[in-house]
Amino acid sequence: MARDNSTRDSRTSGRPMGFGGHRGGGPRGMMMGPIVKPKNLTNTLKRLWRYMYYERKTLGIVFLLVALGAVLQLVGPYLIAIAIDDYILAGKLRELAYLCLLMIGIYLINIGSSWLQSFLMVGIAQRNVYNMRTDLFAKLQELPLKFFDNTTHGELMSRLTNDIDNVGNTLNSSTTQVISSVISLVGTLAMMIWLSPLLTALTLLVIPIMLFSTNALAKRTRTFFAEQQKNLGQLNGHIEEVISGQKVVKVFGREQSVIEKFNELNTRLKDSGIMAQIYSGIIPPLMGILNNLSFIIVAAGGGYLAVKGVLTIGVIAAFINYSRQFVRPLNELANQFNMFQMAIAGAERFFEILDEEPEPLDPPDAVELTSVKGAVRFENVDFAYEPDKPVLKEFNLDVQPGQTIALVGPTGAGKTTVINLLTRFYDIQSGKITIDGIDIRKIKRKNLRSQLGIVLQDTYLFSESVKENIRYGRLNATDEEVIEAAKLANADQFIRRLPNGYDTVLSEDGGDLSQGQRQLLAIARAILANPAILILDEATSNVDTRTEIHIQQAMLNLMKGRTSFVIAHRLSTIRNADKIVVINHGQIIEQGSHDELLEQNGFYASLYLGQFRQGIS
Amino acid sequence: MFKLFSYIKPYWKMALLSPIFSMVSVFTDLLQPVLLASIIDQGIMNGDVTFILMKGMQMIGIAFIGLASGFFSTVLSSRTGQNFGADIRAAIFKKVQTFSFANLDEFKTASLVTRLTNDVSQVQNIVLMSLRLMIRAPLICIGGLIMAISINGRLALILLVAVPLLGITNYFIIKKSFPLFYVVQEKLDRLNALMRENLAGVRVVKAFVRGDLEQKRFGIANDEYRSTATYASRVVALMMPLIMLIMNLSSVAVIWFGGLQVNAGTMQVGQVLAFINYMSQILFSLTMVGFIFVSISRARASSDRLVEVLNTEVDITDTEESVEATIKTGHVVFENVSFSYTVSLEPVLDNISFEAKPGETVAILGGTGAGKSTLVNLIPRLYDPTHGRILIDGHDIRTIRIDSLRNAVSMVLQDTILFSGTIRDNIRWGKEAASDEEVEHAAKLAQAHGFILECPQQYDTILGQRGVNLSGGQKQRIAIARALIKKPPILILDDSTSSVDVATEARIQQALNKELNSTTVFIIAQRISSVINADKILVLENGKIVGEGTHGELLKTNPVYQEIYQSQQGGEVA
Repeated sequence: MARDNSTRDSRTSGRPMGFGGHRGGGPRGMMMGPIVKPKNLTNTLKRLWRYMYYERKTLGIVFLLVALGAVLQLVGPYLIAIAIDDYILAGKLRELAYLCLLMIGIYLINIGSSWLQSFLMVGIAQRNVYNMRTDLFAKLQELPLKFFDNTTHGELMSRLTNDIDNVGNTLNSSTTQVISSVISLVGTLAMMIWLSPLLTALTLLVIPIMLFSTNALAKRTRTFFAEQQKNLGQLNGHIEEVISGQKVVKVFGREQSVIEKFNELNTRLKDSGIMAQIYSGIIPPLMGILNNLSFIIVAAGGGYLAVKGVLTIGVIAAFINYSRQFVRPLNELANQFNMFQMAIAGAERFFEILDEEPEPLDPPDAVELTSVKGAVRFENVDFAYEPDKPVLKEFNLDVQPGQTIALVGPTGAGKTTVINLLTRFYDIQSGKITIDGIDIRKIKRKNLRSQLGIVLQDTYLFSESVKENIRYGRLNATDEEVIEAAKLANADQFIRRLPNGYDTVLSEDGGDLSQGQRQLLAIARAILANPAILILDEATSNVDTRTEIHIQQAMLNLMKGRTSFVIAHRLSTIRNADKIVVINHGQIIEQGSHDELLEQNGFYASLYLGQFRQGIS
Repeated sequence: MFKLFSYIKPYWKMALLSPIFSMVSVFTDLLQPVLLASIIDQGIMNGDVTFILMKGMQMIGIAFIGLASGFFSTVLSSRTGQNFGADIRAAIFKKVQTFSFANLDEFKTASLVTRLTNDVSQVQNIVLMSLRLMIRAPLICIGGLIMAISINGRLALILLVAVPLLGITNYFIIKKSFPLFYVVQEKLDRLNALMRENLAGVRVVKAFVRGDLEQKRFGIANDEYRSTATYASRVVALMMPLIMLIMNLSSVAVIWFGGLQVNAGTMQVGQVLAFINYMSQILFSLTMVGFIFVSISRARASSDRLVEVLNTEVDITDTEESVEATIKTGHVVFENVSFSYTVSLEPVLDNISFEAKPGETVAILGGTGAGKSTLVNLIPRLYDPTHGRILIDGHDIRTIRIDSLRNAVSMVLQDTILFSGTIRDNIRWGKEAASDEEVEHAAKLAQAHGFILECPQQYDTILGQRGVNLSGGQKQRIAIARALIKKPPILILDDSTSSVDVATEARIQQALNKELNSTTVFIIAQRISSVINADKILVLENGKIVGEGTHGELLKTNPVYQEIYQSQQGGEVA
């Protein structure tokens, strides 16, 4: 079931990109839920800069282009003013023609630079996102198993996709827009003052109203969007849960009650959605009327001044343009600020993972085992996953090379933990585990693991071909060796019946295979790996018993001459072991061969006999 | 797409009023430049301050009308859009609730979830956007054109060049970039899939020391995503500068040709400015139209997927003749039942006939793929047999109302699925009105009471992440308790004790025998020890019953059963 969690992430990550949202802030800026404030702004910025640093040259060019574009943007309206006042009204057609050519030139440069700037910035942003992803993925490979066991996959996926995307998009759009907004804001103001301080003062009258009203609305909008987001989350959670468990819903006839709950959540989402839409939808017409208001002020005030001879018509025309240009960056800056905060918060979550404690490095004197005999010893091993809940206590076990050890005991007794420790998925708290007399903490971790062949309780298959999945055991294996391993594992038959045989590409986690088939593939994988020490954790629990007999033979061949650890329910597997180790409450309570243990008439015997007596009566 | 639009019907008044208000606000917007032109040409040129103020007041008044109608349009379109989305979502959800197992198998869980979440929002957004812009943008375009022509017909010829040019540019960029974004999405899906695999399969990756290989695989996918995303974004980045280019060049043209006309005395300066204003509105709304088309075609995929769900024929439903039969004794008879998942495939069950008397325990044994689960799934009509019929208490189950049938059958599925909420909530799933005592009693029968008491909040312990903090055996026992609480006439256990140790399993069976001795029980199991006490054991092979009888009988006469027994010689331990 844990597998199902992963499905919920793919769609949230598929954020629409590309179209729209380039200029004009509008709804995109408003869509965000609650604004998560960054915790340590300067530090996060510094670390982000490390990614940007590689791009500093391109980034410099981009900034220059942005500045150029912003300045040219300012010149346009001014030229129109000149055209009207000095040439059209004065009837100077030749000069007007030159001016028009000049304007065309400026526009061309402006557009060229704006395109080049986007072109470069897209590259920068994508490369940064690429690098961040690579770093994060590499980090995941270093993290200890504890991290994965304690973090939900949904949450991790969201960091890997949404957060990094968010940072990338913000880097792409915000950085350049902030620069361009600031320049055009300052530039426009300067131009306006230069053209007419009086008219500037009049125009600025509207600004406070505008800022105040949009700010108030935006705040409301944000709370409603946060509300909507929360309701959407709850509804989607319900949907995901019900649909994933749809068969149980049907079997228990609970359709009506899940529909009722759905309707309640759906209505709540609708109501908050309407409010959010209304509030955010009011902003554009409101901006429109305020724009018009400043337009009218400029027109009426400017007209009055023109009549008095203080201003020219061209200046009024330019002013109308400038006053529009003035308002836009102001709004954008506010939006950008919010987006920026979100991105920084996302970046912080990203860096949090990078800061996680990795698996400790191999000590400098770590050795590499070349030929492993397979003597394994646990000496006074203590271990707990959580501080005061010991799982293994004073655990001692001595295994001779080539022995097969069966670990037996009730669920939760610590059988799987023994394996987790031997593979160093987790490190012991005290005591010592040795292989051929060498403390496993002194062996290079990768070398240690490559000596162990593991078939796990929860088989995992990758969305690759069957062949590649088996080859995972030994990358340089030939196709013949892969098929040979599959035959030994008794998997060859069913593989050949798949649509494309060995080249059939499995769906994620081999979802289209039965549990039993998946385990056969995992066994084939371990056979191919040809390890010194073999670990089988419930490897055949989902294979039916008759099939298991066939695998058994292959397994026995495989186990011959190797130290093997077997966790199993089935006696047929257990009885052949050289030593059966009965674990309960984290300690070995009995050990010996099958016959010895029966003779002891202890825990093992009671399990064995109790079950059989009841069966045969 | 049009099928979905029928969901707007209940809101047709709002859906109609919204564009009308939107039209009013467009109209007010279009009036502003003319007013400004008259301020310049008549007010300023003539030095008439009262005229300027009067026109100014007019502009403000009109602006307020625009604001009000914009507001109403927003309110109405929001209400329509949200109601529409909520209705569609509810329709799909309800439809899925009626799905049979066959329907569910066909769609797959992840895909259904995506449809209910992502696809519905996509379609809803389109409706919202359409109501707000679809009418508005073309209106501005047409209105602007009319105004521009009325100001100066000859100058409007510039538009004859600019408009098609802009249309063509938009068309090509959209046409080029649109398929690119599908590719980008695919690459992103691949990247996410790899990421998920490495999270879910972390033990395998570590155990086989394949970190480097995984980084290589991820590196390739990451690189492919980066290059396609970069390319696609760059193509789209062309759009804005090109649009700006066309707009700016057009205004230069207006200034030049307008200047000529002013010079010739056939046009006034204010009119030139108004013309530029209209022109940028026209070109801008044209671009909007382009975006709307992009969004609509994007949403079409979503709407197709929704319609597909709505149009799915549910193969198991009540008919008008269905009767409300109370099933008391749980007498189950299979008569020549055959079943195949699809017509073309070989039958999974082949001519199965047997009888389960009230209170009997029937065990079903057989290899993987023998058809065991399929057989029991037919009893509560999760699937319908292709041939033959099944009788419960004498009724053909196809004549009984589905809810009364399923109410009489309790089932523990092979995959244990628990829901979020407390342990108590989960057990109560089987019977909503159950008292705390009943919950505890069921848990005791399922041998779950003991470990539940050891949980931090006992019965009120919340199962996080769908119960992952319990072991497989513990989850199975809660699922069993959930099935037992109903005290059903028929109980089906589909390999539901596979992770429970043998001793506990034996105790569960003892409890069942004692407490539910009038219940007909079907047990699917791998272990002989689980079925040894059954009144009747069916041995399935390749969809056929190859043996029927008690353990003792089968052990004597049935070779397949003997082989299974041999393979488990010595039984199992813990």
